[in-house]
Amino acid sequence: MTGARRGPMRLAVYLVLALVAISFFLPFLWLVVASIQPGAALSADITWEFSFRNFADVLTVDTIFRPVLNSLIISGGTALLTVFAATLAAYPLSRYRSRFGRIFLYGILFSTGLPITAVMVPVYTMYSQFELTDSVPALILFMAASSLPFAIWMMKNFMDSVPVELEEAAWTDGAGWLQSLRRIILPLMIPGLTVVFVFTFVTQWGNFFVPFILLQSPDSQPASVTIYTFFSTYGQVAYGQLAAFAILYTLPVVLLYTAMSRVFGGAFSLTGAVKG
Amino acid sequence: MTTATAPRAARIGAFAPALLLLAVFFAGPLIWAVYSAFTDVALTGSADVNFIGADNFVTMWNDAQFWNSLWLTLVFVVGSAVIGQNTLGLLIALLLRGRNPVARGLVSGLVISAWTVPEVVAGFCWYSYLHRDGTLNGILGWGGLDQNWLYTTPMLAVILANVWRGTAFSMLVYQAALNDVPPELHEAAAVDGASAWQRLRSVTLPLIRRSIVTNLMLITLQTLAAFGLIYVMTKGGPGTKSSTTPIYMYQESFQFYQLGYGTAMALVLLVIGAIFSLIYVRLIKVDNL
Repeated sequence: MTGARRGPMRLAVYLVLALVAISFFLPFLWLVVASIQPGAALSADITWEFSFRNFADVLTVDTIFRPVLNSLIISGGTALLTVFAATLAAYPLSRYRSRFGRIFLYGILFSTGLPITAVMVPVYTMYSQFELTDSVPALILFMAASSLPFAIWMMKNFMDSVPVELEEAAWTDGAGWLQSLRRIILPLMIPGLTVVFVFTFVTQWGNFFVPFILLQSPDSQPASVTIYTFFSTYGQVAYGQLAAFAILYTLPVVLLYTAMSRVFGGAFSLTGAVKG
Repeated sequence: MTTATAPRAARIGAFAPALLLLAVFFAGPLIWAVYSAFTDVALTGSADVNFIGADNFVTMWNDAQFWNSLWLTLVFVVGSAVIGQNTLGLLIALLLRGRNPVARGLVSGLVISAWTVPEVVAGFCWYSYLHRDGTLNGILGWGGLDQNWLYTTPMLAVILANVWRGTAFSMLVYQAALNDVPPELHEAAAVDGASAWQRLRSVTLPLIRRSIVTNLMLITLQTLAAFGLIYVMTKGGPGTKSSTTPIYMYQESFQFYQLGYGTAMALVLLVIGAIFSLIYVRLIKVDNL
């Protein structure tokens, strides 16, 4: 290829990339600008008045603190329960070949594809039959169950990379499987456990539909639901506050993601997912 | 590999917590769905639930709005996932290959940040972006093109929003796949005088074929039941113009209290999802099974 053809080609590529960057940036623009404009409405008229009043206005127990605490409890509880059950289940799947394990693994993989949104109507019917709606623990149990297939799949792939020889030494010393899992495999799997925990946490932090259906009382709803209520109630008049709320709610997820990709590389959340 | 060191009971015991959770809270609702799709269970609190056979499915068959919702779901999946995210993700991954690190970091950083933002917040961003007084009209204003895009072109609006939100996944899949393509193959083809397009078509694409198919299956499954983004932006409106099956299912179940009918629709979505999921399971290479 000659230099004369390369030049314009390169320029064209960079132009397309610049267009992509701008198109991906523009939808964010008003959210960021509106959050620091004291009288922001939906219209994108930028004034030269900047302040953090919107942030100050939403930093109250009812708007931010309680919903965020609820989000922490719900997402954190779900992630803990998921990591616990997934680690135990991944152990025999990774260490022993059995017919049951094979079927189980295929079932897990199949379930990762099922649309959770569609399950929510029957889940609601079932929950209201057993009076489990509006209960945070019951919500966490369902969220953990729906996170498990993917978590087990990731966890098994992480565990496969811990050499079995390390365990054999412990077995000859008479350690049981639970001991060797706890003392030998888990310490070596801290990165894997962290990835599964953070992935589950981040997914549930953003989960809107499941708590929207299963939790009715505003006091126990997570930020993903209350921010929607705030939007449909005050969105038109207090857009600046909504923007500030949205930024505060999004920040933890973005920080977690950035920290994770610094440590484990950009595609951390795809680990074990796409091995096609 | 050493086997049979642990007693059989312990091996099964390790599955217990996961199995219990999955059986009660995942398989349970699925079985419940099959049962209640054949009943007239409603949200009105009336205690007597009657078995009504296939009535819900007959209603569905004759319900023009259901067919409309299924059509809109197809448009949404094909438009935003199969065409939008997939093509744009591949294009960005191809264009970013070998560019300078600043450009790579900036472009993929922006694409990925759209992906990390929670669904509801993504909905707000696009709501204010496309609204009558929003940023897009601020840019288009001089050309006299300004309008409330959420009202005039609701499907296009939600499709674009979902492309924005989901492209990062495809981009990351293709970046990983392209990393595995040996550069020598490319150089050899270039020496033989193949143009950039020819190299893409006869060298790169065949080599990443598996990733393309896997990616298509995964994003189809992720898009099929999208709810929050559409609900925040348009609520399925105006009228039923962006009412995809998940939205219609939600409205029938929780606004018109027809849980039985809603569940029947859920079953249809689940069956479609299950078919794609089966194809995906068959495609994926499971080494240790």
